[in-house]
Amino acid sequence: MDWFPLYNSLRIAAIACTLVFFLGIFSAYYIARLPRVFKGVLDVVLTLPMVLPPTVCGYFLLIIFGPKRPVGQLLAQWGIRFSMTWYGGILAAAVVAFPLMYRTARGAFESFDETLAWSGKTLGLSNTFVFWRIRMPACKQGIIAGMVLAFARALGEYGATSMLIGYTPGRTATISTTVYQLWRTNDEGGAFRWVLVNLAISTVVLLCVNLLERKKQAGREKA
Amino acid sequence: MSLEVRIEKKLGNFILKTDFVTDGEPTALLGASGCGKSLTLRCIAGIVRPDKGRIVLNGRVLYDSEEKIDLPPQKRKVGYLFQNYALFDNMTVEQNISCGISSEKNRAERKKQVAAMIERMQLTGLEKNKPHQLSGGQQQRVALARILIGKPEIVLLDEPFSALDSYLRDRLLTEVKDLLGGLKQEMMLVTHSRDEAYTMCGKLLVMDHGKICDQGNTKEVFADPHSIPAAVLTGCKNIYAARAAGETAVEITDLGVIMETGRPVRQDLCAIGIRAHYFNPKAKTNLFPVMLTEEVESPFEWTLKFRYLNQKEGTPDVWWRVTKDKKLQSFPQELGIAPANLLLLYPYE
Repeated sequence: MDWFPLYNSLRIAAIACTLVFFLGIFSAYYIARLPRVFKGVLDVVLTLPMVLPPTVCGYFLLIIFGPKRPVGQLLAQWGIRFSMTWYGGILAAAVVAFPLMYRTARGAFESFDETLAWSGKTLGLSNTFVFWRIRMPACKQGIIAGMVLAFARALGEYGATSMLIGYTPGRTATISTTVYQLWRTNDEGGAFRWVLVNLAISTVVLLCVNLLERKKQAGREKA
Repeated sequence: MSLEVRIEKKLGNFILKTDFVTDGEPTALLGASGCGKSLTLRCIAGIVRPDKGRIVLNGRVLYDSEEKIDLPPQKRKVGYLFQNYALFDNMTVEQNISCGISSEKNRAERKKQVAAMIERMQLTGLEKNKPHQLSGGQQQRVALARILIGKPEIVLLDEPFSALDSYLRDRLLTEVKDLLGGLKQEMMLVTHSRDEAYTMCGKLLVMDHGKICDQGNTKEVFADPHSIPAAVLTGCKNIYAARAAGETAVEITDLGVIMETGRPVRQDLCAIGIRAHYFNPKAKTNLFPVMLTEEVESPFEWTLKFRYLNQKEGTPDVWWRVTKDKKLQSFPQELGIAPANLLLLYPYE
């Protein structure tokens, strides 16, 4: 069995998730501070990928980054091509997973007790310290939840990925595109093996989340 | 040592427009909830930016809209104690206190100062605890330790006692007062409780709807408030619209009586306040016939509600409070009040 799709899916999901972590957190933090009109508009634009069918997201990505489009051509000058490359999968997964991180982080930030940040600042702590050492730990639970959702979504991404990077064995194949491809070519056994792999990963992720939750609860009860 | 605050801030329909100077004595800012007192503190600390004005602390300009000065909270040297103490739950007591001297880069020196502060605040043994493992009183001491260790020029206390039960509150009140007094720490207390203001602070500012409506020495403002909000906030139970009726007399139209005040009355007088303890059946002055309507018993005193004979329909009953040992067998036919005990209340700008 060729393990490339597993490796490819994991690296795409991991990198996309890291990107989405920072992007989601910073947009959640800064957009919450914008005037109401901008906030409303940006909120809709940034959440759209969550409600649109992933193939539509893929369509938009192709329109922007397709090799014959202006942006695609511009990037091609530096040798960057998002269509039909494995790292194009990062773009597709990140776009689709971003709203999950952004939404949950925003919810966490909104329920953050602002007096904590204020008291930090009046104590002379820098804004960076207040953000990473006070705000983030207090919002930890929401942000971890967002990360898990974003990772799971990125790992399972199919629609936008297949539109943007297609399926090339050993180059752009991911678990989900492989399952489809094997099924399509009547290799039911192969498809089933990849379904099992997928089930195993998802179960591990969910178990980790539950363990984290339990640890947190135990800590609280001890207190 | 002084704090000069002259700021304006509009928030929706609410307008904060304050102008006061403190002289370094502990000062209380007394007001009902929503009057803008916390907002004032936040402007001083740099958490909220006023629309315009000027804030000067001990000669240092913290904010000036014309000169475009607006120091960040980190540079203001203003300590701020929040009502919920705002302790960082992800850090231990030690780390929380250490946050107050992050400017001290020498690790050993920082450790030494934190240890000294922990001992002084009687937190020894709790260094490694998390804030949620502490009692309310201990939490407050950690919050204060964290502020005081940075040697702020002024400490702002934002209703630090109002969430506590009354027993703990009375204990912490004196504890904090002694601590800050012992350090000669300049401070400003925001509160809606007249007891806290009276106990903690020699100077008093009374705030109503975003404006300062009375100020001065605490004892003087309590003895003779000049505005209706100040009378209400200092605990006056009986306030009735009134107008000047001669050199020293006032006509209280709602009660249907004219009373003698014993001192000159300005033409713009708008109301009269009578503290519930000041009625006296044996007084010779301002003696008018009354009738009892209701008696309410509380642990140490009686509240006797009564009406003047010619009192207007629909006006609230007058409250008379007597301690239990002074309560008469039967309600008197007439009640009087000493002229000096009438509070003359005027409109404020």
